[in-house]
Amino acid sequence: MTALLHVEGLGKRFGGFVALDGIELEVQGGERLGLIGPNGSGKSTLVNCICGTLQNETGSVRFADQALDGLSAHERTRRGLARSFQLPRPFASLSLAENLRIPILYAVNARGTGAIAGPAINARCRDLLGEVGLAEKADRLPRDLTQIEMRKLELARAMAAQPKLLIADEAMAGLLHAEVDEIIALLIRLNGQGVTVIMIEHIMRAVMEFSQRLAVLVAGKKIADGAPKDVVRDAEVVRAYLGE
Amino acid sequence: MDVSLDLLMNAMISGLLLGGFYAAVSIGLLGMAVYQVYYVAFERRDDQSLRGLSFFFGLLFIAEVGLILVFGVDYRSVNARYIGPSLQLVLFDLPWRLLVPFLVSMAMAIGLQIFLSRSFLGRAIQAVAQDQLALQLMAANPTRIKRIAFGLSIATAALAGACLIIIQPVEPSIGREYIGRVFAICVLGGLGSFPGMMIAAMTLGIVESLTSTFFGPSWAPAVAFGVLLVTLAVRPSGILGR
Amino acid sequence: MRGTPFILILIAIAAVIFGLARWLDNSYAFFVGYVVVQYIVLGTAWNILGGYTGYVNFGITAFFAIGAYSSVVLHKLVPAMPLPAMIVVGGVMAGIVGIGTGYLTLRLRGVFFSIATLALAVVVQTLITNWDFVGGARGAYVLRPRVAPLIGGGYIDYLFLIMLGLCVAALATARAIERSALGFGFAAIRDDEAAAEASGVPTLRLKLIATGLSGGFMGMAGAPLPFYVTYLDPASGFSLNYAVNAIAMPLIGGTSSWLGPVVGAVLVGGLQEYLRVTISSAVNVLVAGVLMVVFVIIAPQGIVGLFKRKR
Ligand SMILES: Nc1ncnc2c1ncn2[C@@H]1O[C@H](COP(=O)(O)OP(=O)(O)O)[C@@H](O)[C@H]1O
Ligand SMILES: [Mg+2]
Repeated sequence: MTALLHVEGLGKRFGGFVALDGIELEVQGGERLGLIGPNGSGKSTLVNCICGTLQNETGSVRFADQALDGLSAHERTRRGLARSFQLPRPFASLSLAENLRIPILYAVNARGTGAIAGPAINARCRDLLGEVGLAEKADRLPRDLTQIEMRKLELARAMAAQPKLLIADEAMAGLLHAEVDEIIALLIRLNGQGVTVIMIEHIMRAVMEFSQRLAVLVAGKKIADGAPKDVVRDAEVVRAYLGE
Repeated sequence: MDVSLDLLMNAMISGLLLGGFYAAVSIGLLGMAVYQVYYVAFERRDDQSLRGLSFFFGLLFIAEVGLILVFGVDYRSVNARYIGPSLQLVLFDLPWRLLVPFLVSMAMAIGLQIFLSRSFLGRAIQAVAQDQLALQLMAANPTRIKRIAFGLSIATAALAGACLIIIQPVEPSIGREYIGRVFAICVLGGLGSFPGMMIAAMTLGIVESLTSTFFGPSWAPAVAFGVLLVTLAVRPSGILGR
Repeated sequence: MRGTPFILILIAIAAVIFGLARWLDNSYAFFVGYVVVQYIVLGTAWNILGGYTGYVNFGITAFFAIGAYSSVVLHKLVPAMPLPAMIVVGGVMAGIVGIGTGYLTLRLRGVFFSIATLALAVVVQTLITNWDFVGGARGAYVLRPRVAPLIGGGYIDYLFLIMLGLCVAALATARAIERSALGFGFAAIRDDEAAAEASGVPTLRLKLIATGLSGGFMGMAGAPLPFYVTYLDPASGFSLNYAVNAIAMPLIGGTSSWLGPVVGAVLVGGLQEYLRVTISSAVNVLVAGVLMVVFVIIAPQGIVGLFKRKR
């Protein structure tokens, strides 16, 4: 079986600044991958390039045996990629339930199979909000949420697209200990249903508990990739995190 | 059509001079930044941008109707000693009515550019369009910077307007033509690029001047938009844009 | 069809209004009614792009005048052509121009899109001013038939009826959008384009649909204008009044629903007419601009928003 996601030689610059340099990454279908790296190392940029929010200058992305290069973000979402934004970007004028309605209408229902119609859409939105613990606020506007609740909304919106691969970009920053456990359980449950998950996270406890494999990004380069236990003991990784 | 070298030459020259004047108006490049800033102040992609823009559009309309109520809809002009005569050179004439605004505009544009790139305040103005947080870390108050930038841009535009009445008679709705022109120049030059803006302003001045000379002045307002559309279709980032 | 009852109610209201005007049998009522209903159509058209997707179009006069001048051209070429056919042509022309400019300019962020549309209005005006076939800067006369086809009575009765029909179509379209997936897609674009894309919304296609519909309705609203004014020149066809009214009325009434432009147009249009008669025509044009500025500052949700429950 070939990998579900296949990133090859991916490079991205901002002006003269090299944000990503020749990234190689493979993710197998059904896998749980942790992606770590210091702030500014290019993790979010990598997500943006994979999902089409930004266009990479070099390299290519293959997903489910199709080349994604040149496809816009919405086409990638329809093919089964979904992500949460690190800085939450809710639809401010729509209620939480309506926020989740967008990916259902435009990603799920655009796929031809498994379309959801009529009252079932609303029910599904509320179920998803329940999974992240926001059921009570389904009819509120995003401005009534705390920053932490917005992260949960981000995650729920990505889940609403019913992706094959879900990328959670620091969905747990600022969460309480118990809440972190909840989200990890949620992601593992999702993974159990066959969704491949990439988790970007700083909370090492969460990363170690969640990941089957760990990749490390430092200054736009991937410096390690392997079993979590080995990676955290890797000399280079330790140096990157703790300094000389 | 009788295309003599002489005519071509004079059209080019007045085009260049006109271009200098456009450059001054386009320091409203800054005005763009201000707009952007206002837009940020009204909460970026929030519902407010709609209202922020409409607010300015309302002001534009009120100013225009106000001017009509005071001055009427007719063209008005001014008299000055230097309006009329030309500086006679060997190959061509330099009409003072264009030369004076050209020099004023150039001095203003270059002065502003130096101010923006050298002084603390100028750099802060450029920074505020990019990153408010970084600016706050520099211990500058973004709101104050924006206010100054806005004032500066309005003042620049007003001075450019004062130059305009030397070049040609004006009427209350003439400003609308300039919005399109300035915008075309900024896009053609590449948003945020001073040398790009200069080149674009000169280019547009020449193309417009040639257009009015050979096709008639009534076609001139369409040139800017033509240039804009071609730029957007062929090279959206502009001549010197990133 | 879910929207059918709504359309039937609209038609009933339009019929009552028309019947009332006929019963009054006062041509002044028709002239004023025409203007107000025309502004409902223009405001609704603007709101489809501005209120729903958040892209502020300042170039209303370009689309409006394309509709008006396509009628002038058709009237010269095929004098016998019925007005509804001209409206369809005008609407299609303006819709195509809307999609075309949209395609080039929608890549620009908010502010720049707005300025580009303003520039578009200047260019269309330049083209018309230089086009002798439609009278150039001098303008063109259009002979209005004395008697209305089909319904009898003055021709203005017919124009009013046509405009009422357009209004029903525009409002039904706007409300249908609000309740459909399209409306949710538009709202997502308005709130956050990158997030909309990431949720699968084909933003460019949706924005083109919005510019096409919006421009098309503006063109249709303009198509009967030559018959209403009987003399059309660029200065009046491209008057900034149309643009300001079309923006001010939805903003004053409320941009979030189809009802806003209706409320705004009736109130502001009525007030303008009252001021025109009682004070002067110079003051009445200022009203929309001033009210708009006041409203965006103190009542950003518009009149409809004031009455809506706060979520
Ligand atoms: N749109 C952008 N323009 C310019 N620089 C950017 C942009 N986005 C990210 N960067 C830069 O790229 C680098 C990587 O950022 P990012 O991918 O957000 O890092 P991470 O998610 O690993 O913290 C940072 O130095 C950041 O400043
Ligand atoms: Mg990040």
